[in-house]
Amino acid sequence: MVSEREFEVVVVGAGPAGIAAACAAAGCGKRVGLVDDNPEAGGQIWRFGAPEGEPWFERLRRSGAEVIPGARVFDHPATGVLHAERDGERLDLRYEQLILATGARERFLPFPGWTLPNVLGAGGLQALVKSGLPIEGKRVVVAGSGPLLLAVADYLHSCGAVVPVIAEQASSRHIRRLAFTLAALPGKLLEAARRRLSVLRTRYLTDCWVVAAEGDGKLAAVTLQRNGTTWREPCDYLACGFGLVPNLELPLLVGCKVERGYVSVNEWQRTSIPGVACVGELCAIGGVDPALASGLIAGYTAGDREDKAREHFAALRRARKFASRLEAAFALREELKAIATPETIVCRCEDVPLGKIAGQHNWRSAKLQTRCGMGPCQARVCGPVVDFLCGWPAESVRPPLFPVEVGRLVDSR
Amino acid sequence: MPETVRLTINGKPVSVPVGTTVAAAILRGGEHVFRRSVSGMPRGPLCGMGICFECRLTIDGRSHQPSCQTPCRAGMDIRTDGL
Repeated sequence: MVSEREFEVVVVGAGPAGIAAACAAAGCGKRVGLVDDNPEAGGQIWRFGAPEGEPWFERLRRSGAEVIPGARVFDHPATGVLHAERDGERLDLRYEQLILATGARERFLPFPGWTLPNVLGAGGLQALVKSGLPIEGKRVVVAGSGPLLLAVADYLHSCGAVVPVIAEQASSRHIRRLAFTLAALPGKLLEAARRRLSVLRTRYLTDCWVVAAEGDGKLAAVTLQRNGTTWREPCDYLACGFGLVPNLELPLLVGCKVERGYVSVNEWQRTSIPGVACVGELCAIGGVDPALASGLIAGYTAGDREDKAREHFAALRRARKFASRLEAAFALREELKAIATPETIVCRCEDVPLGKIAGQHNWRSAKLQTRCGMGPCQARVCGPVVDFLCGWPAESVRPPLFPVEVGRLVDSR
Repeated sequence: MPETVRLTINGKPVSVPVGTTVAAAILRGGEHVFRRSVSGMPRGPLCGMGICFECRLTIDGRSHQPSCQTPCRAGMDIRTDGL
């Protein structure tokens, strides 16, 4: 079965950027469809109706935009149409204008033992706890890099978890410099998180990272390294993420120009492809503020209200400036490249160890010779790893963007 | 008392609060191995957001479903592949 829906504006991704875009375009009288692969709108940051997002959920409900959750877009076979899978059936979405707000995912870096059950992404563990995993009394080591670690540690602590240590790979020098410049940018995530740290009674260790995880069938302890010293930290869970990378698969499939890891957009958030805009983390990692501002700009532009779009230019500029400071402070250090051993799995879908990939000379040969990146995740996990370790950026994407049943690929109307 | 839904995990009846995802329901039950990798290694959820497919399993006879993105529904038959 194939069903079909037609909208003037289709927004893909119902995080803050997509919600803002949908609200703005619908407010201008456009017929808007907002699709997302999760069971509810909110994205990762406003998962399961987070109170911070409530004013926007309310605005979305009143906007007239139609929310289509649980729909995973897997193809863009021609200009003006997307193919999605929903409840095991194909849904074709026709659009005049397209706004992509597919957000970002966590960057993982491999270390011995990282494939053990209960080693999760930082945002990954938070998402599971929000969706019903009891964490009370569990020992959770939070590690990796970026402001998300503080937010996750704070959240887990509030749910009753014991967080013995937050291991941040960035240097204390960089973090101090960032904290200094934050004085000019009040109310921001890091500042708020620093205040909370005193409540957490955890150790926030900079220049510190995981070098191994161990356990019999599931995680039992991690080994941390700092200033040349290593030690074992027993734990039930490891929440480990090294910043975020944008979900570029759909923009690339649509043909949008990508430069230095992000979609190129003009001041109206328009991409190189006519009728297609990109917003939020696709254009630069920055969190909620730039996501909302860029979403509003794209939404009002799609609704032919450039005057209203322009009102958000200044907010976006401010938010992006803050984000670029964060990015510089949490840049990944070279030493992280030496953690994985030749036996460490890089591609978890196909169980390809680093030693096999290191003998290849580009992505293409790695795929052909080792099957790295050829599994169900389509290199979403190992792609950024290989980019970091070997310097091979992703080459191309092909439909289907996600594994779908063969029946979804044929037109059976 | 929060509302609950009843479903079966590997044939065992369980009851979880409404809104719990299948992935969280399995971890609640003390199971950590969702599937075996191509070389037989135990695996569980990693990304929690439908990206990595490490938590995929069989729901009502349909294989390869991302358990982290699937809310529990009454009467669901969940099969992990890690046994």
